[in-house]
Amino acid sequence: MEFLRPATWAEALAAKAEHPDALPIAGGTDVMVELNFDVKRPPFLLDLTRVTELADWAPDGGMLRVGAGVTYSRLISELGDQLPGLAMASRTVGSPQIRNRGTVGGNLGSASPAGDAHPPLLADSEAGAVVEAHSVRGTRFIPISEFYVGVKRSALEPDELIAAYWLRPAAGPQQFSKIGTRNAMVISVTAFAIALHPASRRVGTGFGSAAPTPRRATEAEQFLSDELTASGRWESRAELDPAAVAQFGELVAAAASPIDDVRGTASYRRHALSVMAKRTLVWSWSDFRNARPAPNSRRTA
Amino acid sequence: MRVKCTVNGEKHEIDDVWEGESLLYALRERMGLPGSKNACEQGECGSCTVYLDQTPVCACLVAAGQAQDRDIVTVEGLAGEEKLHPVQQAFLEAGAVQCGFCTPGLLVATHDLLEREEQPSDPEIREALAGNLCRCTGYEKILDAVKLAASRKAEAAT
Ligand SMILES: Cc1cc2nc3c(=O)[nH]c(=O)nc-3n(C[C@H](O)[C@H](O)[C@H](O)COP(=O)(O)OP(=O)(O)OC[C@H]3O[C@@H](n4cnc5c(N)ncnc54)[C@H](O)[C@@H]3O)c2cc1C
Ligand code: FES
Ligand code: FES
Repeated sequence: MEFLRPATWAEALAAKAEHPDALPIAGGTDVMVELNFDVKRPPFLLDLTRVTELADWAPDGGMLRVGAGVTYSRLISELGDQLPGLAMASRTVGSPQIRNRGTVGGNLGSASPAGDAHPPLLADSEAGAVVEAHSVRGTRFIPISEFYVGVKRSALEPDELIAAYWLRPAAGPQQFSKIGTRNAMVISVTAFAIALHPASRRVGTGFGSAAPTPRRATEAEQFLSDELTASGRWESRAELDPAAVAQFGELVAAAASPIDDVRGTASYRRHALSVMAKRTLVWSWSDFRNARPAPNSRRTA
Repeated sequence: MRVKCTVNGEKHEIDDVWEGESLLYALRERMGLPGSKNACEQGECGSCTVYLDQTPVCACLVAAGQAQDRDIVTVEGLAGEEKLHPVQQAFLEAGAVQCGFCTPGLLVATHDLLEREEQPSDPEIREALAGNLCRCTGYEKILDAVKLAASRKAEAAT
């Protein structure tokens, strides 16, 4: 094995082009487990923690561009107000030690259906977040819903690295909910994120651990967006219609194609998803009714 | 490969480091610092917690090569020449140590908590120590120790 230690982004891309089989390592919270347990023996490790460009974030044309190497801890403290959904998900990742090291870039790199960053990335704005991938050949902007292509497989080419991801700062309430066996240090049985986008009268969703990839519940989004618009609720901010809430929960559950595994059965996952969808909808709608512009409330299921 | 880093204020230069090796292994087996414990090697137990550039992390999940030019503080670096660190003293006095395997990681995590928060509440302590498992004490004495250390620190500051 060789340890590659690029000092700049240009060097990192050159190294990845020369050695497409090099395994990038950022926070190492997925990679080191695989190395310690002999699951992987890559010919090259490509350390990205020296590349300072990756650890930056900045507003850019109404969006936020967040470097792949920003840790969960920094995301929570520096971007919690602007990205409340992603920050809520980040707070549930592992433990303080894991959040001090782990990154959303690494969560994307692993592309696990259970990765907690994915649901809020999917729920963000009308079409979800965008992944900015670089290689020596150039830059690609990959819509998040096209990024996940299979169980732990992403749309990244072998010579590409994730530079950053783009999100819209929250313009409405966002919520995240995760089911696990305890509060800390737990891989999700299922997870769900919702974001209200009052300006465009849309609702965004994302769920994890209930299909081969993280997914949006597009029919549920469409149903609820239409229902809220048709009933004039974006303007009146009236209480939700309980029948619509129930229907939303059912459509979210129907979007899943879960499996039975050690963490839970498929039917439990479907049920849990519908419960989380209904709860997070009610929470975020009540935030909307209370008319805080970009609320950053913290709740757990 | 060769790795150079600073541990507990001392410069270390170690050779023949395997590229896939963890910082925890390098500390324990190459630098003669067995204080940080290896219990799970998968980030679950926190007994390997060290400061990496002032941030508590699991040393088992840091590649040794990533420690190049970085500043590390282990449990061995907490005490002064003569005296234990107040956090260590509090763990001893409160009976928060039984087999002691979890203790080094808890000491570093508690040290960090009290740097950030002088009088942490119970939920804050639980949250800060959520990444550290103890199989012996049932945690009550550990909570006592953290509170004792916090009050000692507050006394010392006045
Ligand atoms: C104890 C423990 C608890 C955990 N709890 C959770 C949890 O609650 N929720 C959760 O979602 N995850 C959890 N994880 C998994 C892990 O922490 C996350 O997936 C984390 O986001 C990985 O980030 P990292 O920076 O550590 O990635 P690394 O381990 O460094 O890399 C992960 C993958 O991404 C690739 N990669 C990294 N950066 C890039 C880049 N810039 N471009 C291209 N590829 C890249 C790597 O090659 C690798 O395949 C846990 C892990 C541990 C050990
Ligand atoms: S040995 Fe590192 S967390 Fe358990
Ligand atoms: S004292 Fe034995 S594990 Fe904590």
